Amino acid sequence: MASITMDNLGKVYTGNVRAVSDVNIDIADGEMIVLVGPSGCGKSTLLRMVAGLETITEGTLKIGDRVVNQLEPADRDIAMVFQNYALYPHMTVFNNLAYGLKNRGFKKDEIDRRVREAATMLEIGKFLDRKPRQLSGGQRQRVAMGRALVREPAAFLFDEPLSNLDAKLRVQMRVEIRQLQKRLGTTSLYVTHDQLEALTMADRLVVLNGGRIEQIGTPMEVYLRPATTFVAGFIGSPAMNMLPTAYLRGLVAADALAHMPVAADLVGLRPEDLSLAPAGEGEIALTGQLMLLEPAGAESHLHLTFEGIKDTIVARLPHVPDVQEGSHLTFSIRRDKLHPFDQATGKRVA
Amino acid sequence: MQTKRMTFSNNWLPYALLAPQVIVTLIFFIWPASQALYQSFLRQDIFGLRTTFVWFDNFNRLFADPLYLNSLKVTFWFSVGTTVLSMSVALLFAVMVNRMIRSRDSYTTFLVWPYAVAPAIAGVLWWFIFNPSIGIMPYMLKGFGYDWNHRSSSTDAMTLVIIAAAWKQISYNFLFFLAGLQSIPQSLIEAAAIDGASRFKRFWTIVFPLLSPITFFLMVVNVVYAMFDTFGVIHATTEGGPAQATNILVYKVYRDGFVNLNLGSSAAQSVILMGIVIVLTVIQFRYIERRVNY
Repeated sequence: MASITMDNLGKVYTGNVRAVSDVNIDIADGEMIVLVGPSGCGKSTLLRMVAGLETITEGTLKIGDRVVNQLEPADRDIAMVFQNYALYPHMTVFNNLAYGLKNRGFKKDEIDRRVREAATMLEIGKFLDRKPRQLSGGQRQRVAMGRALVREPAAFLFDEPLSNLDAKLRVQMRVEIRQLQKRLGTTSLYVTHDQLEALTMADRLVVLNGGRIEQIGTPMEVYLRPATTFVAGFIGSPAMNMLPTAYLRGLVAADALAHMPVAADLVGLRPEDLSLAPAGEGEIALTGQLMLLEPAGAESHLHLTFEGIKDTIVARLPHVPDVQEGSHLTFSIRRDKLHPFDQATGKRVA
Repeated sequence: MQTKRMTFSNNWLPYALLAPQVIVTLIFFIWPASQALYQSFLRQDIFGLRTTFVWFDNFNRLFADPLYLNSLKVTFWFSVGTTVLSMSVALLFAVMVNRMIRSRDSYTTFLVWPYAVAPAIAGVLWWFIFNPSIGIMPYMLKGFGYDWNHRSSSTDAMTLVIIAAAWKQISYNFLFFLAGLQSIPQSLIEAAAIDGASRFKRFWTIVFPLLSPITFFLMVVNVVYAMFDTFGVIHATTEGGPAQATNILVYKVYRDGFVNLNLGSSAAQSVILMGIVIVLTVIQFRYIERRVNY
């Protein structure tokens, strides 16, 4: 149990390739922080810097009260779950779990107790004598979790642990990992490229892009008030639509957008904020041509083109409407649901 | 594995396609092997005038012959020495090269070169290096107070042929070990590092066990090499001496057959060697496919 403090962390590889810059995150004891971003954004590098698998070239990293910049991975009191599980293929499940304890000189009965406890918790008790190759993907995932658990470390580090699982198992393991983490109250740092995983699992999530932090906040803060156009586009599926403010001003009375800051030349609209109901008080009406209707069971995605707008605009409805592709549809959106951005800086204005 | 079945429209075409391989095998293996087998049952008088069929007498004599038993012992130690030396040095090199990033390819290239050298040339090379009168090694060893002479000391002679034979084989083993090391996922090593294993411990508890299929394969290959492909090394350096100290089985076959002209005994010895090769090959095929450690 410990907090993790990242103070101006940065990573420059030899040859002056910059992977991470100016990362400041304070992780409270027991908190689950999810690092999310597209591939190449530096999230895995940052995690590996915390683990001690990559050297830290700038800033300081504290786990608990200790500065651990120079410590070996083994001395940082962390455990890591790898994307490919990294189970030792020549050892039984029991020995996989026990390996870290043996290396630390635990007594035999203590090792036995801890391994069995973790195995019961993860329901892998009957696989203890098997080799990893005799297990399914989900079971291997549990063993990898178990290997982290038995050590009872100060922090868990997860490097995209669910990306090798099929969709159904991924949802199940997501829930289990989160429940387990809450129960144990162990500080966790979780890396993923999947925004849904990030939203559902995090106490707070950190959106990274190009090695820099775009936004830190609780999932709902980030979702409801994305700080940059990047976050707006990355968090939420389908992604937030972007329209030039000038386009909207051409549609409505001059005073209808009076609340928008002057600097806001770009407006974001969440697909689910568009509705087919007629525009009422405080709402804006938008008409577009329906290019494609994607029914998805409980909801549907409508791909629309607006006159003079290059990008396709997507609307998400909580039902499948009875409309023809190619027809013109009028949507309404509440004015306070518009997200104002400055196109030049990419930042949210007010 | 599912193999695709190919059907030929013409009946003799498959036989024609197989013919070259079959002919080569017949002429260069089956025929000489059966000749050896046949000759191993024969004995000629000194002048080659009379040949008698003696059944297994050649074999009986061999196993009663202290020189032959000595040769078996010499071969055993020579094979073990060559295999252990070439494999451990190769593994050491592979581990060191595997840790390099940019210079890895150039080191690999240099380390593979000795494999292109013929065994006889390798033998001559080491014969010069260890030559008691003009060699650099005896000169240096003298500095440490060791009087090297492989012409009189059987230990020195054995050491020389083992070094010469192993040197060449290091390249081959090195390539396999390097490929093996590179196929071990980096995340396993990292996981072990987080699990608190020291560099040394990581190697012996993770890397080495994962290399075991390759190690086993190389062990068989190296034993076969040491027993059968080292004629040139022995011939160019010690010629089996001093006092039979390096007279390995293949070399003895040559000596007894072509120098001492005891063709019956020589043939019997080759038949025994053939048996050993067959056993080793069977072991290799059996275990390589099944006994994978994980």
